[in-house]
Amino acid sequence: MVKVDIPPARLAGEPLVAFDHVSCAYGSSTVIDAVDFAIVPGEFVGIVGPSGSGKTTVLRALLGALAPVHGQVHRKAGLRLAYVPQLETVDWNFPVTVREVVSMSRPSRTWWPRTSAAEIREIDEVLERLGLGGLAGRHIRELSGGQQQRVFLARALMQKPDLLVLDEPTAGVDVRTRHEVLHVLADLNEATPDGDGVAIVLTTHDLNGLAAHLPRVICFNRTVIADGSPNEVLRPYFLERTYGAPMEVLQHGGMPVVVEHGADDLRERLSRRGA
Amino acid sequence: MVPTTSASASAVGAPDVLAVDLAEPFQYEFFRNGLVIATLAGALCGLIGVFVVLRNMSYIGHGLSHAIFGGAALAAVLELNYFIGAGLWGLASGLMIGRVARRRIIGADAAIGVITTASFAMGLALQARYGQASRSIDAVLFGNVLGVFPGDIAAVAGVGIVSAIAVVLLYRKLLFTTFDPEVAAVSGVRVPAMEATLMFLLSATILVTVRVIGVLLISALLVLPAVSSRLFTNSFGRMLWLSPVLGALFGGVGMYASWYADVPSGAVIILCGTAAFIVAYVSVGVRRRARVAGLDHHSGPALTTG
Repeated sequence: MVKVDIPPARLAGEPLVAFDHVSCAYGSSTVIDAVDFAIVPGEFVGIVGPSGSGKTTVLRALLGALAPVHGQVHRKAGLRLAYVPQLETVDWNFPVTVREVVSMSRPSRTWWPRTSAAEIREIDEVLERLGLGGLAGRHIRELSGGQQQRVFLARALMQKPDLLVLDEPTAGVDVRTRHEVLHVLADLNEATPDGDGVAIVLTTHDLNGLAAHLPRVICFNRTVIADGSPNEVLRPYFLERTYGAPMEVLQHGGMPVVVEHGADDLRERLSRRGA
Repeated sequence: MVPTTSASASAVGAPDVLAVDLAEPFQYEFFRNGLVIATLAGALCGLIGVFVVLRNMSYIGHGLSHAIFGGAALAAVLELNYFIGAGLWGLASGLMIGRVARRRIIGADAAIGVITTASFAMGLALQARYGQASRSIDAVLFGNVLGVFPGDIAAVAGVGIVSAIAVVLLYRKLLFTTFDPEVAAVSGVRVPAMEATLMFLLSATILVTVRVIGVLLISALLVLPAVSSRLFTNSFGRMLWLSPVLGALFGGVGMYASWYADVPSGAVIILCGTAAFIVAYVSVGVRRRARVAGLDHHSGPALTTG
């Protein structure tokens, strides 16, 4: 297993986004309730929780696509947000090439549809940086899972965001792709001599493969249950309150590994059946 | 629609019965008008059809043409201008569909089915009661070049120019809205405005072309050029110019062929498009299979099924 350790960011500065007791509802059903947390420049935050816990709703409120019914989402003035959707929501039969997808990042830049030479250079640079060099003319379906994820990352990066928002970036991808995506994100988050890295917030249900590698994890189910480093929050007490099922946490190489409670029983039952 | 005497007239006039005078139809002004309007209508439907196909709006197009038929009949009875009567009626139907579909238990497709069919039935009833018999009903259902006035050509050309300008100026916003409306919205695109623009262009397109192509066939002309061009390209940009070119070809060739086939022009235009689609489907299928097979021998990226 490739070890990716992302060191805690130099947490400083005015928050990019701050949730102040935010509640959101669809119709009469409240989906997230009294949510409080803030993200400062350079942070890398994972929001974990079961399906239907309201993770995506938090992102929608953060992006401004959904207005809270209570509380407020404060965004830093002039904040540039970029969003990477879940791969499963993309229509892979749509006739677009990689370059056309990336060019969507500037929907109102030109009055003439043809991409200018300068912009093509810029797009190629971003693609090169993400290891997609030479694939600009390909149809999005003709790419591997990791490459597909990086195309949408490239579109987001073209907007030069302060905060990158990803919804389930590793849902439905294989182990190799998951590592690939995590490494790319770690690179983007890393501060360079030119300045701070991009702050990143993502949702995931993958505790061991993704959340345990991040510097900060928020356990979420309708509201914030725990917020801190993986070692602080990936604990049986918080996990049971988040997932509604008992879980055990082992230590492996200084990292917490979450296993389902009763996994041993289940294995024993199944192996007995085989014998 | 060909005057029934034309075939026999040319046969009598020419010593060789087998010779077909290819220039013959051009001496008639109504045919020249018909050819121009069919070509323009094909190009316009090809352009708007790209969005219709990619946004799964073909049933909306089908419904709108039926609604407009009801409006046209009502306009004729009330002696209103066709474009005003049918346009207002189409707009009212569109709003009603939106209204009914918002009550979640009735799907948008069912709402379209109810409202536009009712509108169509009203049109048929009005035509039967007050219209000039079945001849004009045929014309609306299947299209009629004999009924084309210079004003119709101007209308199709006008909507075509407005559509082309809108698509050029709003190119990326329309692409983003069509491909990925949710992300477009958070990236600063005014998605509802883009959707309204597309809906307006689609309604205007149907309004000005339905009398040439016919109520029953218009949705086919919206779909055929777009799906045919989709087979040839994986790029949205290329599809946007290829589809109008194919549409214009279907319209022009179909209109010309209808003269000799002695069949309503709308039907021949659609048959031309269908034949082209089948040829493209078969030939591209062979090519694509070869390309996919070729990938197996390379170490290049795998095709994913996701």
